[in-house]
Amino acid sequence: MSGYDFLLVGVGGQGTLLASDVLAATGVRAGLDVKQSEVHGMAQRGGSVTSHVRWAHRVFSPLIGRGEAGYMVAFEKLEAVRFAGYLRPGAVIVVNDHAIPPISVSAGSDRYPSDVEVRRALAAVSANVHFVRALPIAESLGEVRANNMVLLGALSRFVDVDLDCWLAAIAGRVPARTLDVNRAAFLAGRQALSDAEHADRSPHCLGRISDGTAR
Amino acid sequence: MKVLLAGNEAIARGAWEGGVRVASGYPGTPSTEILEALAQYEGVTAEWAPNEKVALDVALGAAYAGARAMAVMKHVGLNVAADSFFAASMTGIEAGLVIVSADDPGMHSSQNEQDNRRYCKFARVPCLEPSDSQEAKDLVPVALALSEAFDTPVLLRPTTRIAHSSTLVELGERQPPREVPEYRIDAAKYVMVPANARRRHPVIEERIARVAAWAETFPYNRTEWRDRSLGIVTCGVAYQYAREVFPEASILRLGMTYPIPKGLVRRFAEGVRRLLVLEELDPFLEEEIRLLGIPVTGKEVFPACGELDPAVVREAAIRAGLLPESERLPSVEVPSPPLPGRPPILCPGCPHRAVFHVLRKLKVVVAGDIGCYTLAYLPPQAALHTCSCMGASIGVAHGIAQAGSPQRRVAVIGDSTFLHTGLPGLMNLAYNQARVPVIILDNCTTAMTGHQDHPGTGRTLQGKETVRIDLAAVARSLGIEHVECVDSYDLGAVEQAVRAALSADGPAVVIARRECALLPAVRRTWQPLAVDSERCNGCGLCLQLGCPALVRTGSVVEATGRPRVRIDPLLCTGCEVCSQVCARGAIPRRPAH
Repeated sequence: MSGYDFLLVGVGGQGTLLASDVLAATGVRAGLDVKQSEVHGMAQRGGSVTSHVRWAHRVFSPLIGRGEAGYMVAFEKLEAVRFAGYLRPGAVIVVNDHAIPPISVSAGSDRYPSDVEVRRALAAVSANVHFVRALPIAESLGEVRANNMVLLGALSRFVDVDLDCWLAAIAGRVPARTLDVNRAAFLAGRQALSDAEHADRSPHCLGRISDGTAR
Repeated sequence: MKVLLAGNEAIARGAWEGGVRVASGYPGTPSTEILEALAQYEGVTAEWAPNEKVALDVALGAAYAGARAMAVMKHVGLNVAADSFFAASMTGIEAGLVIVSADDPGMHSSQNEQDNRRYCKFARVPCLEPSDSQEAKDLVPVALALSEAFDTPVLLRPTTRIAHSSTLVELGERQPPREVPEYRIDAAKYVMVPANARRRHPVIEERIARVAAWAETFPYNRTEWRDRSLGIVTCGVAYQYAREVFPEASILRLGMTYPIPKGLVRRFAEGVRRLLVLEELDPFLEEEIRLLGIPVTGKEVFPACGELDPAVVREAAIRAGLLPESERLPSVEVPSPPLPGRPPILCPGCPHRAVFHVLRKLKVVVAGDIGCYTLAYLPPQAALHTCSCMGASIGVAHGIAQAGSPQRRVAVIGDSTFLHTGLPGLMNLAYNQARVPVIILDNCTTAMTGHQDHPGTGRTLQGKETVRIDLAAVARSLGIEHVECVDSYDLGAVEQAVRAALSADGPAVVIARRECALLPAVRRTWQPLAVDSERCNGCGLCLQLGCPALVRTGSVVEATGRPRVRIDPLLCTGCEVCSQVCARGAIPRRPAH
C-alpha cells in the first residue's frame, strides 16, 4: 500500500475536525502510521477549515502539498472548489451537496458559484466525483450534526480498510450518547453511495446533484 | 501501545512525565492547548497568568524554589516576557525550567512570524526543536535535565505545524517530582545588581560553550547517512519535508538548534558533496554554519517567509536545479469563477458588533487591540483602525490625542487584553490626563483562543472559584473619574455612554459588557429571530452590521426593487441588535421585552 492522503475541507462548525479525528483513528486501527494536521485560522465559527490526514507504513510530512491529495471530503461545495488544486489528477472527491454562502454572498456583493461551475471545476481534476446529500440523510436519522459521519461513510467505499476499523474508531471518538446515531449515519453514507451507483451507472454520479445553488 | 497526540498534548504529557510541579502561561495560538492539557494531570499546579512576563516570573520563582517548572506562551508572548527571559538566563535556576515558545510560521493566527531561535542566541539559552509529537513529549524531560545539568533555562520551540499535528506517541511514566527543599538563599546568584551581574556574565558565556560541547553527543542531534552527493541540515517539522522530498539525501537533523554542535556539523559537511540547510523562517542554522566557514546553501533556495510544506520545498528545489523537472507533480488547472472568500468574521450574536456599529456611526478614529474584535476592521463595519500588539490600543490612542490630531479618537480593548497589558496604559492616561475614551469590550472570557479564564472571570484554569477583578473599580482606582458600564447589546445605551465619554474633560472608561455568545451557558439561551417580510423594504441597513445570520433573499420588494432580508435560524442567536437597527420594525424583538 502506497498510502492515503486525505484532505477534509469545510466551514467552521460543520464537524470537520471530528471527522478528521475519526479518520485518523481508523488508520491507527488499521495498523498504519498516521499523521493528522489541522489548518485553521482565527475564526471561531464560519471560516474555512481544512484538515490533512495521511496514512502509510511511514508518514513523514503532516501536511499534504498542493497537487498531492488523493482523497477529498468536502463538507461544502464552495470549499471543494477552493481546495481542488490540492488534489492529484483522478483523486476521489466526496462532496456534501450543500452550500453555505459566505457573508459577502449573503450581503449581495459576491456570487456563489453555480452547480454547473462547481461540477466543471471538479471534473477538471477528476472523473471520480461523488455528491452526497449528507444533511437530509443525517436529518432523517434525527441528528443533523451527524452529517460528518455520512460523508465518512461515503468515503469509506473507496478505502481498503475493514468496516470494523471504522466503527471502532467512531466508537472511540464520539460521545457515548451519540454513538448509535453516528454509527447509523456512517452506514447510511456508505449505503447512499452504493445505492447511487446502482441507480446511476455514470461513473461520476453527477446526475444526483440537487438543483438550486445556495440554501 | 502508541496513541495519537497533538504536539501540544504531547508537550503537556512530557511536562507531567518530567515531574513538572508548576506551570504558568497566557493563552495564545498555537500554544494554548498545552496548559489546558497539563491542567488535567494530577500533581501539577497549572495557572493562567495575566500575561507572559508574569507567567515566566512564576515559573522562574518555582524553579528558584527547587520545583521543576514550565512557562508556556506563543512566540510574541516571549517579547512580553523578554525581560524575565534574559534575567532567567543570568541567574540560572535550582530546578529545571523550560520555556515553551510556540512559533507561528505562516502567521495562521499572529501579527508576525518572528523566529524565536534568535532570542536563544541573544540570551545564551539552549533551544530544542521537536519534529513530531513523540519528540515534543520526549524533549520536555530532556530539557528539564539539561536545565539542571547546566544551571540554565531551556527554550522548547514547537511551531504551529508541530503544535497542531497529531502523530503517534509511545507514552512513558511520570518521574517522581523532586522534593522541594528548604529555600536556598544565594544573593550573589539571584540578586542581579550590577556587582553580581558582572560576575554572572562570564559564567553564562562559559556555560553556553559547555552546552555546545555537550551538544556534540546529544542523541537528538542525529546524522543519517544515505547518498553523499547531497547533505541536508534541518530541524523541526522541516526534517519531515526533507525526508519526503529528498528521500536519498544524507541528513543531519538537529534537535538542539542553539548552540549548534560545531564538530558534528563539520564532519557532516566534510562527508557530503553539497551542503543544504532546510529550515522554516530565518536562516538561523545557515548563518551559524557560515560562521564556521563552511559553504552552505539555504535561503537562496527556500523561502524565508511563510510556512513550508512538501510542495513548496519540492518546487523550490526544482527551480534551483537540486531536483530534476521530472519531480514536478502534474498540476491541474481548476476552471472556476472568482471564488468568494470566507474570512474570519465576528460570529452571529457577537456583543462587539453592536459597539462597533455605534463607533462607525460616530465616525471616530478607533485604536484597536488584539482579540476577536480586531476583525471589526473588515467591511462592512470597517470600524477599527490600528492594531499592533497586545495592550497597545490605549497608548496609541493617547499618542494620537497628544499629537493634537483634530479627530475624535477612542481606544478599544478586550477584557483579557486589558488585564494583560492594558492596565499600565490606562494608568498613564489618567496620570497624564489625555482626553481619550477607553472602551473595554468585556465579553467575560478570553474568546479568541477558545474561552480561557482570566482574573476577571472568577475561575482558575484548574476550575477553582476565585476573586473576580472588578474592571470599573480598577479603572477608578487608577485615577479615571468618568467610568460607565453598559450592556453591549443595548445600542442606545452604548451610544449615549460613548458620546458622554467623548465629551468628558479628561480620560474616560466605558465598559461594554455582555458574555461571548459562544460560551456554553449562553448557547443554551439562543432563540433565533425572524424577519417580518411584509415590513422589510430591503433597505439593507441591517446588513451593515455584517452579521452572518442576515441573508439577502431572492425575493424583491416591489416598491423599492430591493431584495428582502431573511434570518438564518441555524445561525441567529437572538441578540436583537439588528432589531434595534431596523428602522421599520421588521425584525420584532421577542415578547419578553
